[in-house]
Amino acid sequence: MANKEMRAVLAEGLEQLMKEDPRIVVVDADLAKANGTWALRQKFPDRALDVGIAEQNMTSFAAGLASYGFIPFIGSFTAFATRRNCDQIAISVCYAKQNVKIIGSDPGISAELNGGTHMSFEDIAVLRSFPGIVIFEPVDEVQLAQALPQIVAHEGPVYIRLFRKPIETVMPEGYQFRLFQADRLREGGDVSLFASGLMVQESVKAVELLAEEGISAELINVHTIKPLDAETILASVKKTGCAVTAENHNVIGGLGSAVAELLGRNCPAPMEMIGVQDHFGEVAKMPYLKEKYHMTAKDIAEAAKKAIARKKG
Amino acid sequence: MNKEKIQQLSDKAREIRYHTMDAIGTLGVGHVGGCLSIAEVLAVLYDEKMNIDPANPKMAGRDRLVVSKGHAGPAVYATLALKGFFPMEWLHTLNQPETNLPSHCDMNRTPGIDMTAGSLGQGISCAVGAAKGSKILGDDATIYCIVGDGESQEGQVWEASMTAAQYKLDNFILFLDNNHKQIDGETKDVNDLIDPCAKWAAFGFNTFQVDGHDVAAISDAIDRAKALQNGKPSFICLETVKGKGVSFIEAAGFGNHNMPISPEQKEIALSELK
Repeated sequence: MANKEMRAVLAEGLEQLMKEDPRIVVVDADLAKANGTWALRQKFPDRALDVGIAEQNMTSFAAGLASYGFIPFIGSFTAFATRRNCDQIAISVCYAKQNVKIIGSDPGISAELNGGTHMSFEDIAVLRSFPGIVIFEPVDEVQLAQALPQIVAHEGPVYIRLFRKPIETVMPEGYQFRLFQADRLREGGDVSLFASGLMVQESVKAVELLAEEGISAELINVHTIKPLDAETILASVKKTGCAVTAENHNVIGGLGSAVAELLGRNCPAPMEMIGVQDHFGEVAKMPYLKEKYHMTAKDIAEAAKKAIARKKG
Repeated sequence: MNKEKIQQLSDKAREIRYHTMDAIGTLGVGHVGGCLSIAEVLAVLYDEKMNIDPANPKMAGRDRLVVSKGHAGPAVYATLALKGFFPMEWLHTLNQPETNLPSHCDMNRTPGIDMTAGSLGQGISCAVGAAKGSKILGDDATIYCIVGDGESQEGQVWEASMTAAQYKLDNFILFLDNNHKQIDGETKDVNDLIDPCAKWAAFGFNTFQVDGHDVAAISDAIDRAKALQNGKPSFICLETVKGKGVSFIEAAGFGNHNMPISPEQKEIALSELK
């Protein structure tokens, strides 16, 4: 089922929130058209701003607005919304405890034809080490639409790692999103799959592939990578005894690392990590890159079998 | 400005220097040079220009100062303490564990500090954001910012300046502490700013050049900047001396950015500032 573009969901959500809350401002850096926020400036000419191609300035400028009581949403491609302005996020936003929401679009391989310069595989790793920031990666339009008001309601910096194009819906009817609480999408007993972002869709297929072989996989969407929902993750691994993580990010520093840190300290278990295996990106469409980087449903299913085989006894 | 007022503000600048040196001297090390160079502008802002309330440091609609060269914290703390934002005794806690007065300005620790700064180039963007916030609210506040000349080697200073002009932030007044020195040498020998007024004029600012140690000239420049109301932000270049007011610190040249102060040197400094 193909859906609305995620950036359209973002824009609609922001428009509604901006109508309700005069504190919300949007600050772009010449990517308002790419990120869907362009139309907001017709509706809110004084609160939908653009500082031009100056992401570092955008970030500290937003912190200044936040210091004035506003709730700024800043946006760019993920590489320039986090890597280019890394120190500004650290100091102007996180260290200064300013309530800035950061939208990074085209995460990881979804940068596709923009290639290696635009493919951020490190953003979660870097931001995860900044105290006080929330890292959220939506899976589909249902989740994103519900998340936006909760992100506004949360006082403090939030990084929204946004796939901006249409993506298959995986959240069920009646889904209730809660920031900080991971979602169990499939129940199973043999292996825990922890997936984020566009790897959730692959993981749904992996669960089906494993089921065909009689393997019962539990699938949990970790949409909030920081703070990690330790309770849900540990409960699952205590039950299944092994884990696979799947992320559109370097396996160094991202979801896989976060889960490994948690398990290592609380519930050591065999674990495999699907994701970018510590290399830069390149120009190509996602299906090609998923195959090349071993990020397909089949790869996840293979990793699950490997993790299961490593279980003791 | 009448003679009495000039004397009063000059005395205030001297007091700011005195308590800055007392605090840093008590600790034994600190960013003395760039603190001493901005005493006059701090005196003029806090004692004459800014709409602030020490009893209500977060007062809505207040004027704000962002000291983008955040290492000048000790001079700002002396100013705020003299103004009554917190007890004078706090100054002797400078950089001690759990202090409210860290080396670089921290809005979450110090009453009266409007923005955290210390990573150079960021404070000016924050100040421009605050000035835009003031414009959105229409609260008639003036947002002041002090950048260093060395700091102006950071590209973000120029990004922020473009934004201030683009958004016609005539409520934004930027000061340059043009003391011509940075850690590695004279700014002209490291990466020359050449002609600050010409640069900021080209970036769309009203520009003023004054002796940064002349309180009347600083005050007058601020008044003229505010009177213009021409939709442009204003830039006031303060020609200053790094380490101004303490002879051995001035004599240390660019070595005075962050230097140890012995108990004997502290006494010499304080005696010169009495």
